[in-house]
Amino acid sequence: MRLDLTVNGRPQEADDVWEGESLLYVLRERLGLPGSKNACEQGECGSCTVRLDGVPVCSCLVAAGQAQGREVVTVEGLADFAARRSRGGTGDACGTSPDEARGWQPHGAGPGTGEGSGLAPVQQAFIDAGAVQCGFCTPGLLVAADEMLERNPDPSDADIREALSGNLCRCTGYEKIMDAVRLTAARRSEEV
Amino acid sequence: MPTNGVPTRITQGSGTRGGIGESTLRPDGTLKVTGEFAYSSDMWHEDMLWGQILRSTVAHAEIVSIDTSEALALPGVYAVMTYDDLPTEVRNYGLEIQDTPVLAHGKVRHHGEPVAIVAADHPETARRATARIRVDYRELPVVTDEASATAPGAVLVHENRDDPHSRHVPHPNIVHRQPIVRGDVEAARRRADVVVEGEYTFGMQDQAFLGPESGLAVPEEDGGVHLYIATQWLHSDLRQIAPVLGLPEDRVRMTLAGVGGAFGGREDLSMQIHACLLALRTGKPVKIVYNRFESFFGHVHRHPARLFYEHGATADGRLTHVRCRIVLDGGAYASASPAVVGNASSLGVGPYRVDDVDIEAIALYTNNPPCGAMRGFGAVQACFAYEAQMDRLAARLGMDPVELRQLNAMEQGTLLPTGQPVDSPAPVAELLRRVKAMPMPPERQWESSEGADLRQLPGGLSNTTHGEGVVRGVGYAVGIKNVGFSEGFDDYSTARVRLEVAGGEPVAGVHTAMAEVGQGGVTVHAQIARTELGVGQVTIHPANTEVGSAGSTSASRQTYVTGGAVRNACELVRERVLDLGRRKFGSYHPAWATAELLLEGGKVVTDGGEVLADLVDVLGGEAVEIEEEWRHRPTEPFDLRTGQGNGHVQYSFAAHRAVVEVDTELGLVKVIELACAQDVGKALNPLSVIGQIQGGTTQGLGVAVMEEIVVDPRTAKVRNPSFTDYLIPTILDTPTIPVDMLELADDHAPYGLRGVGEAPTLSSTPAVLAAIRDATGLELNRTPVRPEHLTGTV
Repeated sequence: MRLDLTVNGRPQEADDVWEGESLLYVLRERLGLPGSKNACEQGECGSCTVRLDGVPVCSCLVAAGQAQGREVVTVEGLADFAARRSRGGTGDACGTSPDEARGWQPHGAGPGTGEGSGLAPVQQAFIDAGAVQCGFCTPGLLVAADEMLERNPDPSDADIREALSGNLCRCTGYEKIMDAVRLTAARRSEEV
Repeated sequence: MPTNGVPTRITQGSGTRGGIGESTLRPDGTLKVTGEFAYSSDMWHEDMLWGQILRSTVAHAEIVSIDTSEALALPGVYAVMTYDDLPTEVRNYGLEIQDTPVLAHGKVRHHGEPVAIVAADHPETARRATARIRVDYRELPVVTDEASATAPGAVLVHENRDDPHSRHVPHPNIVHRQPIVRGDVEAARRRADVVVEGEYTFGMQDQAFLGPESGLAVPEEDGGVHLYIATQWLHSDLRQIAPVLGLPEDRVRMTLAGVGGAFGGREDLSMQIHACLLALRTGKPVKIVYNRFESFFGHVHRHPARLFYEHGATADGRLTHVRCRIVLDGGAYASASPAVVGNASSLGVGPYRVDDVDIEAIALYTNNPPCGAMRGFGAVQACFAYEAQMDRLAARLGMDPVELRQLNAMEQGTLLPTGQPVDSPAPVAELLRRVKAMPMPPERQWESSEGADLRQLPGGLSNTTHGEGVVRGVGYAVGIKNVGFSEGFDDYSTARVRLEVAGGEPVAGVHTAMAEVGQGGVTVHAQIARTELGVGQVTIHPANTEVGSAGSTSASRQTYVTGGAVRNACELVRERVLDLGRRKFGSYHPAWATAELLLEGGKVVTDGGEVLADLVDVLGGEAVEIEEEWRHRPTEPFDLRTGQGNGHVQYSFAAHRAVVEVDTELGLVKVIELACAQDVGKALNPLSVIGQIQGGTTQGLGVAVMEEIVVDPRTAKVRNPSFTDYLIPTILDTPTIPVDMLELADDHAPYGLRGVGEAPTLSSTPAVLAAIRDATGLELNRTPVRPEHLTGTV
């Protein structure tokens, strides 16, 4: 089947999609957006969390056809999404082009501290707080944490834990993730 | 309380920004938060095929026949391979003992063993093709525990063993046995006023790294193959892969792809050989990605164990003796079992002074899932049992459990049961003092002005209690873990360091084959280069097999050993650069010949701070490059009869205090806080070190209250291979983890550092168990503890 959807503000189409494919598969394997991760394929780990018409979902549990005509935001588009939100508008089409995203090669480690890279506040806070180790859970956690902070700009610790309880992390013991979300909220309250 | 040992002092490069001791940020951080970091499962190649593995549906059986014709007939299928299609006579692999078939040969020995492999143009096509392969099994009796493994006439898991351990084990279904005998236990026992005995059970834990096993094999024009892979040790993989493919090692090129966690589960091969075989067979790039279900079958687990302990003490609380027997279930293939036995036995009494010991540890061959390396590696199971014993002893003596531990705590100079002296600071009593001194979390945190906040209670939002039946408990534990590979292993690493001028400033390049699995080795290597070469800009090259082996990212060893190799190579580069400077500029200033020279801030300076030259001028157009192996001091094997020998390199100590609240009516546990004190020797990157301690602590928490692979004892089949049924801690299950970090230098190690990753995984579990015992008064001799163990329904 043919699938039309909007991903990170950019209209996308995929041909020859098999009906059994998930939204996650289409994002990763057909649209060249492998930022959303596949760690359990049954909605337990949250590594594939994306926003579907604004709602955080496990994209492994969304049949690709269910995304027809809808808007998806993935970790690749999170910075632009957050920037548009902070400007108060929806903005123009933007995001990572499939051509750019498709030629994945193993990356060497470059200067990676995020400064000057135009990251979303929550992305920068994850780096600064040491919330990233192996990083496999990070894309899903970022999308989930960003959405939670959109709803609840000043969350209690219990609020953070409740909101992120669908996202497994095996490396950090979650303490630095808590720090990162608190840091994002604190930086925002300083700006206001 | 006095402690021996002092923090490390650094002179060279201490003024360089971003050097060791600072919490510099990860160089891969930006890529990981933007989704651009290429994990092994993200690898993509034009014209790529997908590989899929058919695994056995039974645990122990003869393979009567395999029919692949229907699979091959499916459109989109490019290749189907079985044992008969393997290209050479080398058809087994293994870390130490080559007992693991690449594809099953006539027999399967555990549930989920690879039987056939398929390559197709869509992953679903490959899955459907494997389902069309018909395998006719004739089932055999299963060996599942010590009794069935060593019973008269027991079925042998491996017939005709000829590995080195087969000569000294008492039964062919025992992989390895290590006794450790020291002093005179019978005589010591007569001095004991109190003797406590206990039998303990440790469940099978899974590493549950989030990034599933995966990689991409690309055939190359010279008939070789390039494998992009998530692993813990590229060169160990290479040594096992190349002979099976019938290729010399220089035609199997390996590049580390992004690794989504490891924790020991990537020490053994998984899909590496299968992807290479399919790529060479089809002439096309082949990607294999396990899903979570397959991942539970695709890597080894932590050995489940039965542990039998006897501790004796005098009335004033001094240990007289320890007797113990540790039975580890190694499953169907050896993996790292022999080394796990070495750890469990040599660290079997924990960080305590006890002269008279009688220890035996064995690992079994059974038809259960293969077990091998996981964070803590044999020391975890022992710590769970000996710490329960210390609490039991304290109760019998009427002593405070922390005081009993402190009274018997090992110190620098104490002999291990192996006779090896602990020749670096061993602040065991001090760590206990520190963790006990940390402020306690407030009582009844669930009470709020609007009634109970369910999220703070056992059972949480399930709304099972508003505080009724909830009892608090507190428990302590401490542990000892060896750092680095032990028992005479040549545990070296290699680093290539290059210094040159680029863009008008000096830039250091560091190239190693170290597997970055999330621990932050890449961060630390850059810090070491900045400190040792006094430069700001460092490039970390991707890890691959174009440089010598870095050894494994395991045993808490990489910062010590590959960090040591990077420092060593930097020192050699520095000497060459200073020689260059002396030749070019020596005649201009006498200090070139007389002063101690340092590299600092991109300049050559004297130890008095006088600037002699810019590195840019010293180097000019030249690049200085060194590749060099580096070794820590050697170790020895343990004697096979007495267990005596200087087997270990270094030790790592951590202590925990657990505070739990238990709904005693429903058996629900909420861990409120897990405080940790750990001696890290020298924190090269404090932020990363704390991250390791908190992560390790949480894995210990998991196996205390939830994590266990359940294997059916009748069929040896795995019953819960999913994240729905195998639970790991969520952010709601995980408490605050305050960390008190002690830095007492180990003078034998680079910068005085200690490996830090594993020790917190040891003491976390027994501390939680002790706290639950404190809350409930129950004995609790197994881990994980489940609700039925707390409510008396089993």
